[in-house]
Amino acid sequence: MVVLPHWMIALPGESGEDAGMERDSGLSLGGDRFPRTRWSAIVAARSENAAERDCALETIIAAYWKPAYKYIRLKWHKSHADAADLTQGFFTKAIEKNFFHDYNPAKAKFRTFLCACLDGFVANEEKAAHRLKRGGASQILSLDFQSAEGEFQQLEIPVAESPDAYFEKEWVRSLFSLALEALRAELEAGGKGIHFQLFELYYLGAEDESEISYAGLAARFCITTAKVTNYLALARREFRRILLAKLRELTATEEEYRREVRALFGHNGQD
Amino acid sequence: MKPLSDKMVTRLRAAVELPELEGERYKILRPLARGGMGTVYLAEDALLERKVAIKVTNIADSSGELAARMWQEATIIARLEHPGIVPIHDLGQTTDGRVFYVMRLVEGRRLDEYASQTESLAERLRVFLKVCETVAFAHASGVLHRDLKPENIMVGPFGEVMVMDWGVAKVMPRMTTDEVDDRSRAHAMLNTHSGNGTAHGTVVGTPDYMAPEQAAGRTDLLNERMDVYSLGAVLYFLLTERSPLVANERATFERSPIAPRELNPKLPRAIAAICVKAMSPDQNGRYASAQELAAEITRFLDGLPVAAYRENVFERVGHWLGRNRFLVLLVMAYLLMRIFVLLAFRR
Repeated sequence: MVVLPHWMIALPGESGEDAGMERDSGLSLGGDRFPRTRWSAIVAARSENAAERDCALETIIAAYWKPAYKYIRLKWHKSHADAADLTQGFFTKAIEKNFFHDYNPAKAKFRTFLCACLDGFVANEEKAAHRLKRGGASQILSLDFQSAEGEFQQLEIPVAESPDAYFEKEWVRSLFSLALEALRAELEAGGKGIHFQLFELYYLGAEDESEISYAGLAARFCITTAKVTNYLALARREFRRILLAKLRELTATEEEYRREVRALFGHNGQD
Repeated sequence: MKPLSDKMVTRLRAAVELPELEGERYKILRPLARGGMGTVYLAEDALLERKVAIKVTNIADSSGELAARMWQEATIIARLEHPGIVPIHDLGQTTDGRVFYVMRLVEGRRLDEYASQTESLAERLRVFLKVCETVAFAHASGVLHRDLKPENIMVGPFGEVMVMDWGVAKVMPRMTTDEVDDRSRAHAMLNTHSGNGTAHGTVVGTPDYMAPEQAAGRTDLLNERMDVYSLGAVLYFLLTERSPLVANERATFERSPIAPRELNPKLPRAIAAICVKAMSPDQNGRYASAQELAAEITRFLDGLPVAAYRENVFERVGHWLGRNRFLVLLVMAYLLMRIFVLLAFRR
């Protein structure tokens, strides 16, 4: 008789499905990849606690300001200066008026809601022609629009791509960029700068991954190939953890989080 | 930091997905196939110096649901030792918490690819027969596949057949065919006590090849006849090169698909009837088991009458002549010789 680990006894869709997964077992499913205590910036943005709300808004803005800027550039055909002003204005107003308080995860995903808010904001601004006033008074967010503009100019935009699809793609880019920055900060702070350097060189260093070998990296850093393997594995594991944690922060519910992971990694069908 | 190009994002995405197998004897080479539950990679077994396939749960598995299902799939396959079922070599967990199992690397074509390259009906049916035999073996071992479709069947270069993807398979209590009618009660018990139960109303499988009761989530009707329907749908595909639902735009799970002979008028009536019977919307109208379906296919291939189709006199005579060709030729030769001798003596 096959003795199943007890976490297998309750599958989702049956009674106590998640409770069964939470207990300790021989195989710690999820493990450190999926911390059980989640903090969601989307939920915290609606908090009554001002400090928590500010922290949440900061997280949301960090992930979305670049996609928002590029979206305005593409969809609304705004110049760099206008798009920068509008992005500033939008997020400033989002903080002041607490836009995100009205978000209901049951109705739409957060990005759809944010895009709708952004479109509404830009349309209103166009009507009211308040651009000069806003530009003069609302520079409270420190956002590097030059770099965003550089990316907008540098990255090719497929002609057939809709602004919504473009926003979606830019959001993914923003998410990976944030995770990469966090990985660098974390590894360097832990005295593991070499791990990040290896990761960066191996995955981002050349146009074609096959141009860089473990042996080549080992020779360059004067370490063994086994060390390169281990360091890269650690960096990948940390990157995975950070990326999923960021995604968790930027989703309101567990269901939305799972949907987002599936969408991000393209696993939508059955086996 | 310079902006991430689309290519870089794709590579980082692949890095995130890559299963961590350091410390294991396997080295991942490249992904072979992706699915809702896991990704299959081509890998190298450093110890035995051979290529293997490794299936690893996708990272979208925060609750551990996929891992549990994958573990279940591996243990189900492991208990099914049959030439038509891919053997499992190893089962474990990656250092990043995902479940993986290692299996033999199956090389060949998927059944849909095989069908598009194979003209002969007899050859297709011989392959289908092996699928039926494999499924019959699984049923005899108390396992329902529940997701039979051409994409889940591999045909090797020497005609060997592998039934793949047991991810939604279900372990049943062992019963004899006489007990089929009592299964509703048994399954209700199974769903209460078993670890691989499926909640009533939960639909698993692929719509194109799914029995109507499976599509309706009727777990109380769970038995071999569900797989028999799917086998019938696979046969339908082999006869018409279309899935039953694709063949009929108006098809619903309650309605029968377009008759195979409407799509392929050259089909022998008997094989079309076998297909229709296997796909009967009513469970009781189908073959009771995959073994029974296999026996019908064998009879058809041997030129014997089949239970699903009542032949007329001419067809019966034609079949009898076909089966006894040697005897008929012998008798005809004898008669010709007699006529020749008779004519010779008259002169």
